[in-house]
Amino acid sequence: MIRGWSAIYLREVFIVRRRLLKLILSWTVQPTLYMVAFGYALGRHVQVEGHTYMEFLLPGLVAMSSMNQSYRIAREINFARFYWHIFEEFQVAPISNTAFVLGEVLAGMTRALMAVGVILLLGAGFGVVLSHNLYFWLALILNSFVFASLAVIVAMVVRTHDDQGMLNNFIITPMAFLGGTFFPLEQLPILAQKILYFLPLTHASKAIRAAAFGQPPDPRSFLILAGVGIFFFVAAVHCVNLARD
Amino acid sequence: MIRIEGLVKNYGAVEVLRGIDLEVPAGELFAYLGPNGAGKTTTIRILTGQTRLDRGSATLNGFCISREALSAKRQVGYVPQLNNLDRELSVYENMWIHGRLYHMECRTLKQRIPEMLEYVGMADQTAVLGKHLSGGFQRRLMIARALLHEPRILFMDEPTVGLDAGIRRRLWTLIKYIQENGTTIFLTTHYIEEAEFLAQRVAFLDEGRIQVIDSPKNLIARQGTWAIDRFSREHMETLYFNTRAAAESYNDHHDDRHTLRRVNLEDAFLALTGKRVK
Repeated sequence: MIRGWSAIYLREVFIVRRRLLKLILSWTVQPTLYMVAFGYALGRHVQVEGHTYMEFLLPGLVAMSSMNQSYRIAREINFARFYWHIFEEFQVAPISNTAFVLGEVLAGMTRALMAVGVILLLGAGFGVVLSHNLYFWLALILNSFVFASLAVIVAMVVRTHDDQGMLNNFIITPMAFLGGTFFPLEQLPILAQKILYFLPLTHASKAIRAAAFGQPPDPRSFLILAGVGIFFFVAAVHCVNLARD
Repeated sequence: MIRIEGLVKNYGAVEVLRGIDLEVPAGELFAYLGPNGAGKTTTIRILTGQTRLDRGSATLNGFCISREALSAKRQVGYVPQLNNLDRELSVYENMWIHGRLYHMECRTLKQRIPEMLEYVGMADQTAVLGKHLSGGFQRRLMIARALLHEPRILFMDEPTVGLDAGIRRRLWTLIKYIQENGTTIFLTTHYIEEAEFLAQRVAFLDEGRIQVIDSPKNLIARQGTWAIDRFSREHMETLYFNTRAAAESYNDHHDDRHTLRRVNLEDAFLALTGKRVK
């Protein structure tokens, strides 16, 4: 049922290997700017939940970056589908939809984990060292699983490259800013908090931040991330058929 | 063997295929011709699992493409119309990924990839990136890749489109060689002389239906042996003759602009459909 997933994954690994330097640079730019602008300059004298703002910000950036980079696999699939026609090669091959989705999701998760590694090194450069315990990595893996699976859905559903850009604007960008990355959600009105509670990134930020500070994370966040991830993965498997016409 | 029965495909209100019945025996080189929009590519896309059929059925070496999709796909190699090589991967990596998609063992791939690259004359280009290959080498690599897993059926959708005449002829030789080694080849092409040279049988597809299936030789013979193309300011007309003497006799009695030539497959297609193959 999942035979052939490794070929899909391997292709993405070959591409990452070929572009590694460029990718590392691109993974560095945005978090560095956020750390310099918000963490170092604006937030130097700000304390949040008993931590410096830089300490508060870094786990949020980890959550946001793992979301962005795992979701970015949608762009790769989209190019393979609309511009390079490589997706045809996958459609013709004797592999199941599950194998295709698994390969792409794992590739997205790999990119996310690599990008997070870069952020942790940058954080260390700014003097912030987080606690990298099992909960930290588990939350990170679940978060990238959720957004890599969502990425495959989006890549299969959209009909043009422009559609995808529009979906990014409506899904990813608001989530990046409102999912607990830059500020504690408790500072927002109760109604807003209730709405934002449904965002997967909110739970990823909460779980990663708690784990990074060595606090016991809320198990509900892990359950929600796992549930949403499985739902998106199954939906992605079904969505592959939509790309067949 | 390819067997298609009552194949129907609609895109919204547009009926692309209106009931295709076709059988291609094992080892045959079969050409599928038709004007733009006739449904050639749609047929290939359905047979290779890229598009779903609406009605009818198709089997590839006995495997139903709908119910036994993965088994049917294992029978097939596919050379698409558009270059779908991975531009960022090397020649070797493109081959390797393809082999892994078809569940080939690493050990087998290490042996088979150099053999296939040798077969298409690309043994010295293993490290070249897909984006740096010329059009001719891209085509050759796509053919080598399609043959890597030793398919019994090879679908080629316009395999020589956009290539210069010299490279096209080299690829024809390769395609003939592949067929002589026992592979069934299902080919679409815009180049009528390509079908005439390569195919054992030809199907003319028009408006979603197969108009005729026969050997190129028989189809041409239906039209006669010699043709005269008459040109006027408004249009071009073609007249057919069974003998050269009859054609030359016409020449002797008319002084309008015309050319004398042998009848070809395009004449047969034109006579059947009133359209040129594009």
